[in-house]
Amino acid sequence: MADLDNLYRQIIMEHYKNPRNKGLSEQPGYVTAHIKNPSCGDDITVQTLFADGTVKDCRHDGHGCSICCASASVMTETVIGKTVAEALLLADNYLKLVSNKEYDASVDLEEAAVFAGVNQFPARVKCASIAWQAFVRTIEEQK
Amino acid sequence: MEKNPWREQFPQLAGKDEAFLDSAASSLKPLSVIAAVDHYYHDLSVNIHRGMYASSYEATRLYEEARAKVAAFIHAKEEEVVFLRGGTAALNLVASSYGAAHLQPGDEVIVSQLEHHSSILPWQALAAKVGAKLVYVPLDPELRITVDNVRSVLTSKTKVVALTYVSNVMGYITPLAEIIALAHASGAIVVADAAQAVQHLSIDVKCLDVDFLAFSGHKMLGPTGIGVLYGKSALLAEMEPIEFGGEMIDEVNKDRSTWKEAPYKFEAGTMPIASAIGLGAAVDMLQSIGLDAIEDHVVRIRRYAFTQLKKVEGIVIYNPTADTGIIAFNIEGVHPHDAATFFAEQHVSLRAGHHCAQLAIKALGIEACLRASFYLYNTYADCDRLVAVAKEAVRFFKGVGF
Ligand SMILES: Cc1ncc(COP(=O)(O)O)c(C=O)c1O
Repeated sequence: MADLDNLYRQIIMEHYKNPRNKGLSEQPGYVTAHIKNPSCGDDITVQTLFADGTVKDCRHDGHGCSICCASASVMTETVIGKTVAEALLLADNYLKLVSNKEYDASVDLEEAAVFAGVNQFPARVKCASIAWQAFVRTIEEQK
Repeated sequence: MEKNPWREQFPQLAGKDEAFLDSAASSLKPLSVIAAVDHYYHDLSVNIHRGMYASSYEATRLYEEARAKVAAFIHAKEEEVVFLRGGTAALNLVASSYGAAHLQPGDEVIVSQLEHHSSILPWQALAAKVGAKLVYVPLDPELRITVDNVRSVLTSKTKVVALTYVSNVMGYITPLAEIIALAHASGAIVVADAAQAVQHLSIDVKCLDVDFLAFSGHKMLGPTGIGVLYGKSALLAEMEPIEFGGEMIDEVNKDRSTWKEAPYKFEAGTMPIASAIGLGAAVDMLQSIGLDAIEDHVVRIRRYAFTQLKKVEGIVIYNPTADTGIIAFNIEGVHPHDAATFFAEQHVSLRAGHHCAQLAIKALGIEACLRASFYLYNTYADCDRLVAVAKEAVRFFKGVGF
């Protein structure tokens, strides 16, 4: 239970209730990626606007469980303003952290670090990952 | 705690502090099934049909004996029982072979939104290929398939009616006997998905007069990797195999070959021999206990759990009138994936999601749900735990701000 209490910490619940950067943009220039988890119905679309090698804006939309929705919101706040290289490094380490793989602890994941608790719940790793995976896909597609 | 006379047959439960409520996904396996599988691997371990020596002869005998047991269980003839990889493979065989040979452009296949994906997608794919049409039976307000609603969509163009016998989300029993009579009167054949039915209801394929009936071994105490297609002899006889290879042939020539009779022409290559033998042992157990006794227990347990659960504020139940051992529910305002993690932490094993029946979930107007399913080894104590944890879950999620 302590693990679960830890998982549903303030930050996660706060982002779940009040998601940031939610809703897709109609403006041109955004790169879009869509990922679904067909087994549980989580369904997330991420849009990124790149300019001069940085993440100018990042938006998300979709539906899913609290972990999925909150991680999408936290992800957008974390990556906006970063260079693409920084953002990719963050994403890479975040995805390793939540799936219990070895990661570089010197990389500051900022608020996204609260999702570390997910690695105690193998069934939820996918929930915490798909928004970040969709973000990585937008990076790959803008290249 | 009440004495459950069957529980000790299931070593998966021994020493575990867990309420296992996911039998609709796969049942647990009793010692007798494990022993039968083990006997094949430990003592025989050789191929069937091909060998001319004692162990191969014995393996063949056990494999065919399993077929005879399954046939007797559903009141079919042995040659009407085809062993396949599972219920999914069985339903696909009907569409890919019988369906492909009979469906013309403009023909109609009746299905329902209650179907498991394996009962709908083979027909959807075939319909798209040949220009046939899928027609959905309207469901009644409880989301049941009714005879009248099937009548309302049955036309002279209907060639196939493919319906689930028991819904894996709602636990409703489809009134198949009347639907089959109706379909036959209008010239259509009926394919029943019995994956959630064989472990609960005694099935007599001759009384039902069903044309095809498919099910999986692993939901009826048997091993994974084995399933059954029952087909009427005349239908199986006219069907072409969809897999070609060893053991299914009669004579092979350079340009053209001939096949064995059914069921062998559909059992190409080396079959899951141990799983088939294990399925025979599962049928033995179901028959020795009796499906009536099992269902009596399951329905009582489910009613007990339902009566308690519906009193818990914050729980919504989607199938209050279910006929078999399934409760489909949610915690209001909580995504079922969040909820399932809570239940899992408290050692209540449930399934969360769309249960391979996305159309049923859409018909309910939700994204996903939790499913508790009960079988012979479940106890009142399991139900009490489900209800207690549901109460705690409601409190927990409210507490963290859902
Ligand atoms: C109603 C129904 N039909 C078909 C299937 C498919 O069975 P299998 O996955 O064993 O092939 C299932 C199993 O989930 C089911 O519940």
